[in-house]
Amino acid sequence: MTPRFLPVADRALMVEFATTLDTAAHAAVLSLDRALAAAPFAGFAEAVPAFVTLLVAFDPLVADHAQAEGHLRALLSHARPAKAAARTHTIPVTYDGPDLPEVAARTAHAVSDIAEIHQSGGYEVAMYGFAPGYAYLSGLPVALGLDRKPSPVRDVPAGSVIIAGGQCLITTLTMPTGWWIIGHSTARILTDDPDHPFLFDVGDRIRFRATP
Amino acid sequence: MTARLDILQAGPHVTFQDAGRPGLMRFGVPASGAMDRKALVIANTALGNPPGATGVEVSFGGLSLLCQDGPVGVAIAGGGFIATRNDTRLGSWTTLTLRPQDRLVIRPGPWGSWCCVAFAGGVQSPTWLKSVSTHAASGLGGGRLLAGQQITVTDTHPTDERAIPCPVWARPRHRINVTLGPQDALFAPEVIGAFLSSPFRLTGAFDRMGMRLSGPPLVPEAALGIPSQPVTRGAVQVAGDGVATVLLADHQTTGGYPKIATILDDDTDALAQLRPGEHLVFTAITPARAIQLARQRDAAFKRWLAALQKART
Repeated sequence: MTPRFLPVADRALMVEFATTLDTAAHAAVLSLDRALAAAPFAGFAEAVPAFVTLLVAFDPLVADHAQAEGHLRALLSHARPAKAAARTHTIPVTYDGPDLPEVAARTAHAVSDIAEIHQSGGYEVAMYGFAPGYAYLSGLPVALGLDRKPSPVRDVPAGSVIIAGGQCLITTLTMPTGWWIIGHSTARILTDDPDHPFLFDVGDRIRFRATP
Repeated sequence: MTARLDILQAGPHVTFQDAGRPGLMRFGVPASGAMDRKALVIANTALGNPPGATGVEVSFGGLSLLCQDGPVGVAIAGGGFIATRNDTRLGSWTTLTLRPQDRLVIRPGPWGSWCCVAFAGGVQSPTWLKSVSTHAASGLGGGRLLAGQQITVTDTHPTDERAIPCPVWARPRHRINVTLGPQDALFAPEVIGAFLSSPFRLTGAFDRMGMRLSGPPLVPEAALGIPSQPVTRGAVQVAGDGVATVLLADHQTTGGYPKIATILDDDTDALAQLRPGEHLVFTAITPARAIQLARQRDAAFKRWLAALQKART
């Protein structure tokens, strides 16, 4: 899969594998992200993986767009590195969210079934975004497919388990959200551990387990 | 020696900032740091502090401090704010010493939106991910300054009172260099033309996350359903209604709105010194020229800082 390399001002390249959601493109993003972490170029600053794009930032005093692109093309042409040993996290959820009745009504399920359907998903950390520690989890069962609410709800507490657009997320801050709140979790994504400040890495797998 | 200063008054966007926490965008964390990063480096350098030492970023809301224990050396740089010590006017860019019972007041002056205050020695403030820089939306980091709190500065010393020269590149910048994209392909050529030929005006929607602009509508051609992409400080993103927003220090790290252009890193500092109502125009340059400018400007800034350091000793 050959991406496009789009310059971003004086400090980055956007590596675009696709322009619409695409599983193969996402796998290519994660693969290049790992290859770059294992073999960075002089002046490499940071890489930011998203669904179908990888932002590669560099120090313009050391590198330029052409050098960065050359290095990334070389990484892409080499044999793929072994897939990283993604960790699996088991996350406790109490299914007591205020939106459970409406989620059940909109998806034509019983309220009591939502927890089981939610736990049946095979989730993976697709990317972080929006706010510190907001990990977008792909793999929400199609049966819980819902668009966002028409307008966001304010002051949704940290630790809320929310779903929308085929994805699930555990909030880390008290912030507004237009996603549907189905429960809450005691898992802390912002760990306060200076050596490992975020619970998940992109690509990790997540299982949800109901707690009373 | 340890100095203590009572915070008598602090505006709503007055926060502790340092060199920020770069390298964590993959976890949803922007670098933060001062809106005018050079102003903080200059204020610290004028005192002999490390360039990224903790300082206070003062917004339009202003700041008023009362020195309890001192003396403490202070430096003020960034913006054309009005500073007074015991009601006597100081230069707006200056070093000075505060002694017990001295009162320092900083309020908006003729130009600029952000002013940095550095303290000789080390400002004590909580860190998050190794930085005190305050991330506005979450409050993580050193946090907002609140009336009634105290600033503690350890290992401090007094300093000579001396003006800091205000270089022309620190003034508000109205001509802003961009490279087009990364999503310029989603806009019709005439929209790109309007973006590069029309003046834009800063609206009042201006905070540490970004600034909304008013100007010609920049409605993208393609549907707005692009998957969320990483975004950087300086991205000019366009919402579905064609309104452009420039993302700044505390930006979201990803977003689904197309980015018509991205501002050169160096231009984002002087851009942040514009005020609501002021105008700016965008000039597109090639990525190669952007790299060349970044290197020239960095070399010039380092020469300027070396001269400032030399004048101090």
